[in-house]
Amino acid sequence: MNTTTLLDVVRGPMFFWAFMIMIAGIVWRLSGLIYFRRKSRAAVPKDDNPVAAGLRTVALRSVPPHELEKNITFQHFTGYAWHIGWFATFLFLGAHLPLFKSILGFVWPALPNGIVLVLAAMTIGILFTLWVRRWFNPVLRLISNFDDHLSIFLAILPLITGIAAFAHWSPFGVRYESILAIHILSVELLMIWMPFGKIFHVVTSLMVRFRTGAAFSRRGVRA
Amino acid sequence: MDTPLVADYLRMRGVSRRGFLKFCASTASLMALPPMMIPQIARALETARRPSVIWLPFQECTGCTESITRAHGSTIEQLIFEAISLDYQHTLMAAAGEQSDDALHEAMKENHGKYLLAVDGSIPLGNPGYSTISGMSNIDMLKEAAEGAMAIVAIGSCAAFGGIPHANPNPTGAVSVSDIIKDKPIVNVSGCPPIPVVITGVLAQILTFGLAGLELDHLGRPKVFYGQSIHDRCYRRPFYERGQFAESFDDEGAKKGWCLYKLGCKGPTTYNACATVKWNNGTSFPIEAGHGCIGCAEPDFWDKGGFYNPLSVTDWGTPTDIAIAAGAGIALGAAAGVLARKHQNDAKATPETKP
Repeated sequence: MNTTTLLDVVRGPMFFWAFMIMIAGIVWRLSGLIYFRRKSRAAVPKDDNPVAAGLRTVALRSVPPHELEKNITFQHFTGYAWHIGWFATFLFLGAHLPLFKSILGFVWPALPNGIVLVLAAMTIGILFTLWVRRWFNPVLRLISNFDDHLSIFLAILPLITGIAAFAHWSPFGVRYESILAIHILSVELLMIWMPFGKIFHVVTSLMVRFRTGAAFSRRGVRA
Repeated sequence: MDTPLVADYLRMRGVSRRGFLKFCASTASLMALPPMMIPQIARALETARRPSVIWLPFQECTGCTESITRAHGSTIEQLIFEAISLDYQHTLMAAAGEQSDDALHEAMKENHGKYLLAVDGSIPLGNPGYSTISGMSNIDMLKEAAEGAMAIVAIGSCAAFGGIPHANPNPTGAVSVSDIIKDKPIVNVSGCPPIPVVITGVLAQILTFGLAGLELDHLGRPKVFYGQSIHDRCYRRPFYERGQFAESFDDEGAKKGWCLYKLGCKGPTTYNACATVKWNNGTSFPIEAGHGCIGCAEPDFWDKGGFYNPLSVTDWGTPTDIAIAAGAGIALGAAAGVLARKHQNDAKATPETKP
């Protein structure tokens, strides 16, 4: 009897290939940036310490700029909230930790399930709100493309399927193993998309801020 | 001459009316039937003729037979099991050699179209000589016996799904009963071994209501016993909900009876009645004894990524695989860089000007 299930496939070969594609994709994108030709720097630098300037920019861009504070406060703090909720769910749910242990060889303490569930539900709520806002705000709608919508969708999906798997929720009689398989599959889709879409900012955001700050400081400009 | 009734047999063995009705009530409860069905079960069992059962053990370890014959003491379930006319079971029968073959053929001939065929063990297709009985290959014997059977009960995971002989790399080409027989109703009673009460419960159900009342899941198992996962009915479930997991088999969590999910328990993906019916006369079941469920009632349980790997652990490859993937990424990045530089050079050589 051939009984390979969806769970067998997503826990086995599909996870393997999604992980390999993510690793290859990240290295590809990063090495592509490194190989890019840079303009020669003929001018004398205006600042002696571009490293400090780069770090300052990393810090400054992590809080709302004073000039825009009133306009972007909602966006800024909801952004922080859902990122914290998302990563807390990913990194500190007890059921996830065996995976990290199998990859890294060590593991950290889990948060209580009740706290993680609240954070996950909050994250889903915020992400949906921001997504709806992206559709209805005329400016946001204009500057949004397929990448934005797909990235938000792929960020929400593992949370929803994860809560369903955790709660053993069985919509339409779907069994637990299928829900768990769909959850792992949603994570694999996110892993595959990560290096190629806007979610790649997970890897590049800090280094890009640093580079921008350092480059601007050479010209004597505050980034 | 008619075969004796099941009720006559039970009375002969000293089973009281009260004991018999208690059994009927517990059978109804096991099968999730309403109390109003108890008299119907009793009536059906009292008036049922002892059905002929032919039990063919193929590529197996005799664990299923051990389970049904030794797990409990002299219980009424066992008496029900004994109440069937077990016409052939070469492990249990006194006859041997030609006598046992004759008994088999006689039972098949006398009860053609009416007997129940019980099979334990998988059937090797790699070479007919891997497993034979009286020089006859398992597949030939199964086809011959199945031809005149009313229905087949595949007892144990080997008969139901191929079981351990079917485990990778499956050296004997082992397959399940349902891989070979397509024209007979087959009831799979999986488990390695199955719970004895589940075996007798299925037989009691067939005795009382026939096959029509037996609702099966997508793997051909009776839903009354295989409808819920071990995890759904596990007494350690509240610890799972609270995120309290044993990290090793002898840590504080294990001593406090916390959830065994992180130690590889397959309870969430295994459907069987262990957590409710339990083993050894209802004493306990593996999780209660401190070990995670290994998922033995599910197909290919031997090849599901290791008994001690938690369900959330996936195949992420090896450090070598990661190095190869990173190398491929560097090569792609270098190629992208070369193309980008070429594009930059071309753009520099032929600058496009716009009015």
